[in-house]
This record gives sequence, C-alpha cells and structure tokens, in this order.
Amino acid sequence: MAKTAFQEFTKGLWTEVPPYRLVLGLCPTLAMTKQVDMGFGMGIAVTFVLVGSNVLISLLRKVIPKNVRIACFIVVVATFVIVVELLMQAYTYELFLKMGIFIPLIVVNCIPLGRAEAFCYKKGVLPSFADGLGMGLGYTISLTVLAIIREVLGNGTFFNQPISFLGPTFQPFAFMITAPGAFVCLGLMLCIMNLLGKK
Amino acid sequence: MGDYIMLVISCIFVNNILLMQYLGNCPFLGTSKKMETAVGMTMGVIFTLVMTGALTWVVEYALLKPFDAQYLRTLAFILVIATVVQFVEMYLKKFIPTLYAGLGIYLPLITTNCAVLGVCFININENYSFLQTLVSSFAYPAGFGLALILFAGVRERILLARVPKPLQETSIGLATAGMMSLAFYAFKGMA
Repeated sequence: MAKTAFQEFTKGLWTEVPPYRLVLGLCPTLAMTKQVDMGFGMGIAVTFVLVGSNVLISLLRKVIPKNVRIACFIVVVATFVIVVELLMQAYTYELFLKMGIFIPLIVVNCIPLGRAEAFCYKKGVLPSFADGLGMGLGYTISLTVLAIIREVLGNGTFFNQPISFLGPTFQPFAFMITAPGAFVCLGLMLCIMNLLGKK
Repeated sequence: MGDYIMLVISCIFVNNILLMQYLGNCPFLGTSKKMETAVGMTMGVIFTLVMTGALTWVVEYALLKPFDAQYLRTLAFILVIATVVQFVEMYLKKFIPTLYAGLGIYLPLITTNCAVLGVCFININENYSFLQTLVSSFAYPAGFGLALILFAGVRERILLARVPKPLQETSIGLATAGMMSLAFYAFKGMA
C-alpha cells in the first residue's frame, strides 16, 4: 500500500474531501460560507495550518511520546493558528474582523488534529506535506463552492460585487444566508456528493 | 437580576450556540443518534464549560492582560481546556464512578468541541464580568444540550422513516437541523 506523494495529494481533492466525505470541520463550513471571501479566506488559513502542522508533527513523530501525543499535537496546531491569526490581522484586517472567533477556532477544527493522529504520526515528511496540501485545498474548494451558491442565491452578489446577468428582476432569497439556510445547503451538498459517488 | 435573566434567555434561545452560531456541530451530529449519548454529552459539556469558562476568565485577566500577551490567548485557552478535561476525567473516575461510566467516552471528545473554546472566546470578546461569564458558561451549554436532546428525539424518528439513499445519515441530519434552526430563528424577535 505504498502510495506516492501525488496520490496522497489528490485524495484530499475528491475521494476524501474533508467536509463532504469525512464530515470533519463542519462548523466553519456552515459559518464561513455566507460570503465567498470569508469561505476562501478560511480555506487558505486552514491550508496553511494543515501544511505547517502536518510537516512539523511528522518531523517530530519519533520525539513525541505516545501517551501525551494529543497534547503535543494541540500545541503544534495552536502555534500555527496564532501565526495565521497575526498574519491576517496584519495584512487582511477587514477579513480578520469578519471572521472573528472562527480563526482561533481552527485549533479545534478536527481536520489538523485528525490528520495528525491518523496520518502524520505514522508517515514521513513528504507524504504528510502532500496530504496536508491536498486536504487543505480540498477544504478551500469545498468552502468556496458552498459560499458561491449561498452568496449568489442569497445576496445576489459575488465577492461582494453585484452580478449583472441575474437581471434587475432578481430577488435574492435571504433564506440562503441565514443559519437555517446554511444547514439545509450543506445537507443538500452532502446528498449531491453521495449521488456523484466515490469513483 | 433582570440583566442576568436576559443573558440566560439570549444564550439559550436567541443566540443558541449550535443552531445560531454554528459551533459544536461535530458532536452534535456524532452523538445525536441515541438519546442516552446526547444526554451524556450535554452533561459533560455543561460540567466542563462552567469550569473552563471561569478558569479562562482568570487566565485572561490575571495572566495574559497584565503581561500584554494576548496573542497567546488561543494557546493558553486550549491548554486550559485540555487540562480541565483531563482533570475532570480523573476526578470522576476516582470519586463518582457511576457518572464516569455514563460520560466515559465523551469526555476526551469535549477537548475538541469548538463550542467549549468558542464560548470562552465569546466571554472575553463581550467583556463579560466574572459573574456574567459564569452565567453564560452555564447558559450556552444548556442551549447546546436543549438543541442536542431535541435533535436526538427527532433523529430516533428518522431511523424509522424511509429516507432516499443519497440523503441518508448526515445529509438528512443536516437538513433536519436546518428545520430546527428555522424554529430557533423565530426567537430572534425576542431580542
């Protein structure tokens, strides 16, 4: 079962897309898909944390004792989350304010911790890097797609710009950008992914 | 006194942590298949959140703020939570074994429950006093429990229904949660 690094990368994009297949990291998937920029920003932030923590944990996997591994993973992940938080505060301040507590909450997002426990603690650096990158990009794409659906239908905008081809008579259905709309949308998205099958 | 009652109502219904603020969805979907597990999870979350809520408040105002180290908040809070969960686990195992047997497997899961860390952050962001922090740390997980237990009841019924294949399990669960969220949405008028 020696998979190449490329296979580890591509599995995160389709067969094991985090929110839709593994059903991990749902909270930001629901909360951050109101607008496309939030969804995309969240995805990139998670990707950064995942790649960083994956590589570091797989480098340290011989040093970390088995009994306290979860605590060690949390500290590593939290460190990268703080880095992202400070970077976003410095360079994308508006987005930082909009995303609020969901940036620090990447720590408990299940995906970085889950990958550390299930993958990086056993594998080498290169597969871990590929896995983190693939999972992160898969997550980014998932969030962006859901955010596009919700923002276009619910608000009639895309990246906060009004869309012209919808025509002047288009009435946005506000249900899509509310909390109930988020749950229903994600449920239908999972249904579509089930219909498409794993291939 | 009236302020605290308003705070409780707003935490439980208007800003329900699960259905309105989208926090704690993983345990929501994971432990809602049976009523017993839902009740166990609720008890565990209330128990740990009251303790972590108080402790993180102390950490924030006694350690991080005086030393101007608030950028370490994420790290400090998650460590407090992990420690408290571990401590609660050991304490219950030793002194209240019956409760431990009931909560057992759900306790470690609470560390990664984003509702716990989320409420700690909300307490700080809203500048709550210590007493308000205690109240909200109890009321938010109570709202979490309310939604979780109601949802577990609904989900036991779904098991009996004939659900189309692609919609099964999580998919129909999320759609149902959407309907519940719609019901809670009505409370917005109260605020």
